[in-house]
Amino acid sequence: MYDAGKILTGLLLFLCLITSPIWYNLAAGKADTKPDPKLPAQEKECVAARDVIVATHMSLLNTWRDKVVRGADREYVTAGGKVFPLSLSEGCMKCHANKAEFCDACHNYVAVSPYCWDCHVEPKENK
Amino acid sequence: MIQNAVVGGRKYWTLLLVLLAVIGVGFLCYLYQLVKGLGVTGMSRDVSWGFYIAQFTFLVGVAASAVMVVLPYYLHHYKQFGRITILGEFLAIPAVLMCMLFIFVDLGQPTRVLNVLLYPTFNSVMFWDMVSLGGYLVLNLVIGWVALDAERKRVAPPKWIKPLIYLSIPWAVSIHTVTAFLYAGLPGRHLWLSAILAARFLASAFCAGPSLLIILCLIVRRFSRFDPGREAIQTLAKIVTYAMILNMFFLLLEMFTAFYSQIPGHVHPFDYLYTGLTENGHYYGKLVPWMWASTALAVVAITTLLFPQLRQRERVLVFSAVCVFLSTWIDKGMGLVVGGFIPNPFETVTEYLPTLPEVGIALGVWGIGFLVLTVLYKIAVSVKEQAQA
Amino acid sequence: MGINRRDFLRVTGVGTLLGLGGGVVRELGIVKRVEAGTYQPQPNALTARRWAMVVDMRKCLEKVNQDGCQDCILACHAVHNVPKIQDPKHEVKWLWKEPYENTFPSQHHEFTEERLHGQPFLALCNHCDKPPCVRVCPTQATFRRPDGIVVMDYHRCIGCRYCMAACPYGSRSFNWSDPRKALEADKTNPGFPTRTKGVVEKCNFCDERLAEGLPPRCVEVCTVKALTFGDLEDPESDVRKLLRSYYTVQRKPELGTKPEIFYIV
Repeated sequence: MYDAGKILTGLLLFLCLITSPIWYNLAAGKADTKPDPKLPAQEKECVAARDVIVATHMSLLNTWRDKVVRGADREYVTAGGKVFPLSLSEGCMKCHANKAEFCDACHNYVAVSPYCWDCHVEPKENK
Repeated sequence: MIQNAVVGGRKYWTLLLVLLAVIGVGFLCYLYQLVKGLGVTGMSRDVSWGFYIAQFTFLVGVAASAVMVVLPYYLHHYKQFGRITILGEFLAIPAVLMCMLFIFVDLGQPTRVLNVLLYPTFNSVMFWDMVSLGGYLVLNLVIGWVALDAERKRVAPPKWIKPLIYLSIPWAVSIHTVTAFLYAGLPGRHLWLSAILAARFLASAFCAGPSLLIILCLIVRRFSRFDPGREAIQTLAKIVTYAMILNMFFLLLEMFTAFYSQIPGHVHPFDYLYTGLTENGHYYGKLVPWMWASTALAVVAITTLLFPQLRQRERVLVFSAVCVFLSTWIDKGMGLVVGGFIPNPFETVTEYLPTLPEVGIALGVWGIGFLVLTVLYKIAVSVKEQAQA
Repeated sequence: MGINRRDFLRVTGVGTLLGLGGGVVRELGIVKRVEAGTYQPQPNALTARRWAMVVDMRKCLEKVNQDGCQDCILACHAVHNVPKIQDPKHEVKWLWKEPYENTFPSQHHEFTEERLHGQPFLALCNHCDKPPCVRVCPTQATFRRPDGIVVMDYHRCIGCRYCMAACPYGSRSFNWSDPRKALEADKTNPGFPTRTKGVVEKCNFCDERLAEGLPPRCVEVCTVKALTFGDLEDPESDVRKLLRSYYTVQRKPELGTKPEIFYIV
């Protein structure tokens, strides 16, 4: 290989730079703090079991959105018979009212910014 | 073959640098538009399509015009065009690219553009427009690249390219018909609701594209050792002549229907474009000078193209080609697209002119197109020069 | 190394494509957890087979000429967080007034009765039976529901504005900038989303209120009962009764869009 020294050095430098977010967070201890979303005090029963909701709430919300906007259904009845309105502001956020303490806790940790609140109005507690 | 694009003289690199600078300015303007929204343009609730869509409409025609070189050569074995089919195809590619970019910069939610493919809507002409433009881009890329590569290797192109070439001929016609169908089926827009719109689009395409090709051929001859051929250029000029006459004739047909029938919906858009409209004592005529400029350019172009003594002098031909290109750019771009929205469904007038950021973004897209064109032409011309040697 | 440049590029390119493609397949292949619940409409939702509205302009104009009433417009725009944009080129309106001559351009003539001259007529989306806007939308972001309402899915809209070009009535507005900048924070209705810049919007026949058993807001607030809403397929509905009793006109019927807004003039 021509210029093997230069190329391998450059490649090594590149790998270090591109993985810098990982080893920086490890070194600064930021990765250790798990996100701790504050759960609502009164309500204990959510739309689905905790691990299911955590893993699938993104596609759940998308399904709910399509059912409300494009279909005729506006209510979800859990297996246990509890009725939830299919609404971000009137359903989920009636219990999980504080966006900063609940939604943002995990979203900020994994650095995602869902654009729901560009349109859907956050409950007044946050403002 | 690509390495031909990275070796070049000072003029080549200067051109690329200038184009990159223009693209850079356009990109910054686009970031501004992304942040602030499409309100930074001159578009409004009444004139909801403007400069971007005007450029798109015009450039689909330029893209389709590759067929004007491909058809005579492959279907009728007109040997003189054999030297320049690649130039036609390599003009179609950046033209289609610019079309797609102009649509992209016009979108309010560009990150969602793939929704058109995720939720295909077969009754929407815009869906078919995306499909046909995408397919045409791929077709021309494959055909152009394979044919040029074969020429570089001094062999005949592979047999499977022939059906693709034959496919590209009706496909070229279809991309522009589909674009015309975007407009020609809308019940509330009387400037567009006309059966002849698709025919007008094709006629103006076949004069705009080949006239740009003429200019590009003359530039190629001037700046390289490859000569596209005097006869090929003259034949292109004859095509432009007939197409331009047909284009103007179709426009006059539209005007006859409007003005002889005196139906207000038909008359008012033409009034707005060519004389201006007065409403409540206010005169609206921002596009009037442009439309008459387009007409004057068309008359000059047809006059200088009609007479062989003028057409055969390449200096005059360049001038005629520029006149054709500019005339159709105005008429088919701003004239047609903006004119369709004026007056609005309430019969009132809201005028439109592009803003500075809008023009900046448009120039950026044209810059990208010309960059791709320059690079592709550099490759094609280099291969041809090497084949000659 | 023994590999030439072309083959190296080929291997790297194919490898990248496979890697990306494999990633996509993995995402699609995640088995969705089966939800144990069921979905249903709200119990008191208003349903119909063809919603329509009759606008009695005689009552409306009488009130407007008394006190410049625009209750319906203000109420609609308030409950739906419609932004108040100063620049008329960028305004967003779901329900508004246009002079008679502009609302019905082919109807008025040189000797139209004086009582209609320049009078403000209510204009809104006609929720056509054969809507050109739906025909042209490339993503089905706007679509016609089985009950006749032409709806906007703001999540799917790519902002191409083809629907605005297609609408023969000028019913649609585009968000040329962030609408929240033109909304007062304390007057926002938290129960209904705002929109974002870059999407088209229009009257939605208050489908979110119909789902809760409420009539459209404009119909509800009109003090002179100029607006009547109902099911055209129900022969005893209020709209059918009005249509039987009075001569009504639609906007631009010659275009074949079959609008569902009827005006008593």
